[in-house]
Amino acid sequence: MCLGIPVRIVELNRDTAIGEVGGVQREISVMMTPDAKVGDYVIVHAGFAIQIVDQEEAKENLRILEQMARAVDEKREKVRRRKNARG
Amino acid sequence: MESSSGSGASPKLVHSLLERVNRIVDELCRDREGINLMEVCGTHTMAISGFGIRQAVDKRLKLLSGPGCPVCVTTQEEIDGAIGLAENPDITLVTFGDMMRVPGSRCSLEQEKAKGADVRVIYSAMDALDFADAENGRQFVFLGIGFETTAPTVAAAVLAAQHRGIENLSVLPMFKLIPPALEKIVSSKRVNISGFILPGHVSTIIGTRKYQFLVEKYRMPSCITGFEASDIVQGIYMLLKQMKEGPEVAIQYRRIVRPEGNPEARHIMETVFEPVDAAWRGIGMMPGSGLGFREDFGLFDAHKRFEFKPRKPRKTGCRCGEVMLGLITPPECKLFGKICTPEMPVGPCMVSSEGACAAYYKYERRND
Ligand code: SF4
Repeated sequence: MCLGIPVRIVELNRDTAIGEVGGVQREISVMMTPDAKVGDYVIVHAGFAIQIVDQEEAKENLRILEQMARAVDEKREKVRRRKNARG
Repeated sequence: MESSSGSGASPKLVHSLLERVNRIVDELCRDREGINLMEVCGTHTMAISGFGIRQAVDKRLKLLSGPGCPVCVTTQEEIDGAIGLAENPDITLVTFGDMMRVPGSRCSLEQEKAKGADVRVIYSAMDALDFADAENGRQFVFLGIGFETTAPTVAAAVLAAQHRGIENLSVLPMFKLIPPALEKIVSSKRVNISGFILPGHVSTIIGTRKYQFLVEKYRMPSCITGFEASDIVQGIYMLLKQMKEGPEVAIQYRRIVRPEGNPEARHIMETVFEPVDAAWRGIGMMPGSGLGFREDFGLFDAHKRFEFKPRKPRKTGCRCGEVMLGLITPPECKLFGKICTPEMPVGPCMVSSEGACAAYYKYERRND
């Protein structure tokens, strides 16, 4: 029931909005997200926007993940070098 | 999916996260046999199966499915009650698609519909208003199934019905609340759980406060997690870290979930509904674990408007209750894949698109 796919708001009326995902447009209710603006991405559940996607948080998390991946790479590289040095 | 919408993490990132996860599992398992993490959200169940995460992590880390599928936790009595309404020629049942094929003791809503009952599937509770408005000589009953994510949407429809003066629409409330079920699971100690992968969208509404008891009372690692592969693996990683460093109610899914939840949605829900005791399939009665109508909205309560004849539930050998508590995995049910399949489901865990048996059948049959 909860797909969690963000929907972009392309048109806003009072309590309803037109949301677009993958080129498909659909009317959604925005009464639970009164701060939503045109251009925002929202998570929609059963026809209702339940939260606005925080793009800053999304970017920040990606940065954390990339940092973690780099650390893993470096560790792997160290192990490889140590092995090479021994061999 | 749009580029700016999801987590944006590449498969390579997921891979290195997995490497980290497996390293901590190895470390933690030096002084314990294994680690059980439980998710309590049907979308997590499907995602963990679909992305193959169970197979990608160290074998000593077990990912269990909890009672996170709304249809699955609905009791046989409730389902029979709902299906019973469809037999009344004066009533049109309005429901989310999930309920159509769920087996009642005698038949499913789909079978009732084939026999001529008026059952309509909708996408949003708001759609029920237009139906009721268009035929105001007829009674429309909406099946109120779901958790904290769905209940506000149905409450919003009730408020709109009141506003528009629609009197021939009622709701059969069967909603369930997640935190009481978590408490039952940790306190019962039937499964040894080391942490909870908390549901992303239920938490979007309720925030972190309602989960604090997990940490304060049970020292239980907890992490509100999103639905992409990278989200889930990162959520697991955060839980394992908590096992080392101390528990908290963490949020991995920060791009959506705020600590305070969504107060507007809660306000709508709490205007119309209040907590009531409710029975869950496989778990039993739990105080304050469901939602019923507040007195001011009693007119919309289908329980008050119609008569329900109790029917003796049929015994089937279905072990959904144990599956949902993480006591057995779906393949351990003797009926799994043989008598019980998505085409001929015996229990709700096989029919619901979010059920653990359906997830295993679709993605993990050969691996087990
Ligand atoms: S496999 Fe079918 S019968 Fe067995 S527990 Fe799952 S839904 Fe029930």
